[in-house]
Amino acid sequence: MSPDLWSLYSLMLKSRLFEEASAKLWQEGLISGEMHLGTGEEAIIAGVVSHLKDGDAMALDHRGTAAMLMRGIEPVSLLREFLGYTDGLCCGMGGHMHLFSKEHLVASSGIVGSEGPTVAGFALAAQMLRPETIAVAFFGDGAMNQGMLMESMNLASVWKLPVLFVCKNDGWGITTKSEDASGGDFNDRARGFGIPAVEVDGLDVSKVWEVSGSAIENIRAGQGPTFLHAKCVHFEGHFLGFQPIRVVRNPLKEMPKIAVPLTKSFLRIGGASLGERIAGMKSVMSSVITALRDPRRDTNNDPITRVRAILQSDPIRLKELEDQLEKDINNILRKVLGKVQP
Amino acid sequence: MKTMSFIQAADDALAQAMAENPNIIVFGEDIPLLRRDLLVRFGQKRVRGTPISESAFLGAGVAAAMAGLRPVVEMYMVDFLGVCMDALLNHASKIEAFSGGKWTTPVVVRAPCGGGYGDGGQHEQSLWGMLAHIPGLTVIVPSTPADAGGLMLAALKHNGPVIILEHKLLSKTWLEILGSGARETVQFDIPDDGTKGEVPQKWDPIHIGEAALRREGRDVTIVSLGVSVHRALDAAKKLEAEGISVGVLDLRTVSPLDKKTICKEVKKTGRLLVVDEDYETFGLSGELSAVVLEAGITCKYARVCTQTTIPYNRKLEDQVLPNVERICASVRQLMK
Repeated sequence: MSPDLWSLYSLMLKSRLFEEASAKLWQEGLISGEMHLGTGEEAIIAGVVSHLKDGDAMALDHRGTAAMLMRGIEPVSLLREFLGYTDGLCCGMGGHMHLFSKEHLVASSGIVGSEGPTVAGFALAAQMLRPETIAVAFFGDGAMNQGMLMESMNLASVWKLPVLFVCKNDGWGITTKSEDASGGDFNDRARGFGIPAVEVDGLDVSKVWEVSGSAIENIRAGQGPTFLHAKCVHFEGHFLGFQPIRVVRNPLKEMPKIAVPLTKSFLRIGGASLGERIAGMKSVMSSVITALRDPRRDTNNDPITRVRAILQSDPIRLKELEDQLEKDINNILRKVLGKVQP
Repeated sequence: MKTMSFIQAADDALAQAMAENPNIIVFGEDIPLLRRDLLVRFGQKRVRGTPISESAFLGAGVAAAMAGLRPVVEMYMVDFLGVCMDALLNHASKIEAFSGGKWTTPVVVRAPCGGGYGDGGQHEQSLWGMLAHIPGLTVIVPSTPADAGGLMLAALKHNGPVIILEHKLLSKTWLEILGSGARETVQFDIPDDGTKGEVPQKWDPIHIGEAALRREGRDVTIVSLGVSVHRALDAAKKLEAEGISVGVLDLRTVSPLDKKTICKEVKKTGRLLVVDEDYETFGLSGELSAVVLEAGITCKYARVCTQTTIPYNRKLEDQVLPNVERICASVRQLMK
């Protein structure tokens, strides 16, 4: 089977527009706290979620908006939750990091790695109560170093649980490079637990769709868990207002705030040798330089641009779809913002 | 007189101790960025980043302390201690007792805590009551820059596990990372006296377990800690206009509790109001009532605490966390 690129693109673009609208509301101060966008990982989410059926469950991380939307959770109630309204998805109690839908069997968490135990439990219930349903976990590469996720992989393996573990690898755990924090290879880790590992280009929605489709088929057939490893980028970094991205976008404003105390501390009496201090300074500077060269800013890494390039073969249909989605988002915004909070 | 921000003070005292004691090392998630000023002074060996593996790095901090280092282990938030409670609950707190007093674990755990910026109930808890419940742990909650530094230094000299909880509303750095993201469109109710204040030229340790009387009062004694101290002081000022004289005692450390000073102050007024941002039941506020009862003091008692999961909605959140209005109402009730 080949994927329906139009419907995948539609899912991805709807999510992108929704999150961009959310980001604007966050900038305006209407959404509080940390705001983690999934912009950049839409191909992974769309490719996997479009295979899900009634009764399937999802365990999400702190970046769950795209998966929630694509699973069919009502966008107005989702956005009203971000705004903290008492008629939001979780009555204004959870906010964007703690989204829940009992109806859709979707739970999210702001605790890194907790998707592991959650997906294992959902899958156990699926195995015992709902034959041929499955549970999917979405998490980042940072979670791969969390004990509870590793333990859950082992549990899912020995109990042959119907789980798809999806690692959305953007190469960063907040400001820490994945390669500086992770030993060995993630695929080998999964295989070490006896779980088949499949790596796929997370920017290519067709490939994600194909690979996750056959993995999910096997999982539904009772063959136990699979680990899907997909690389992607997060255009906004870890969350909105992310300091390294601020430095990149406004170096003149942000650099002095960092450089002045850094230099003062570097020069203070007492501490490491000059050589070690210089090495330390180099490592801080190299983090800044890495941020400046962040692939997140490269539009070639946008999964939406990629799929759109293919669909441009039918520009009329493309325009119709995009116009419709924009209209949909504006309607959502009107409904969300037009109503006063009860 | 020198002034510093809350986190600046804690970091400065830490730096002073690190310059004196080469065995002090600092590690945690994103530490090379968060403590970059320490990194460029003390080098990469002593200031390290970790994977997002709290069980591993906190447990390792405990054992490294047993084997001669003095680790400062940083948690992104106190809430995340839930991931790695074992290291504190079953190890750091118990080794000294298990070894017959022969082996100690001088580890300092540093974690931001508290709410008031709309991050939801998994990221805004206080949890000092839960931690102080475990015998063998020292739990510190400073409310001013001077205390943040002085108690940090004391923690680094203490011969056992110490947890220092730094309220996020007192730290510009944490609020910028977690609350505002450098937006100018959001506001927080930040107590100025806690975020910036006078500090000594050179840090001296503040004795652990010593409360500080922030305000004398004849009618009611408020016992509090962290940001709530500032809320209590604001309430006391308001109540003064109504002719009610309210004293405010800042605990500074939850464990050990300064029972002597608590009893002395409560005895003077005969009315105790506990203002505690931590959960109400089975915690610090109940413990304080036991302390005065055990001392044979007769007093009127009330508490203003957090009773439920902290809501994400900013308005609901403000109602759930101790605020000036709730404190004033409780004081007036005690005066009836």
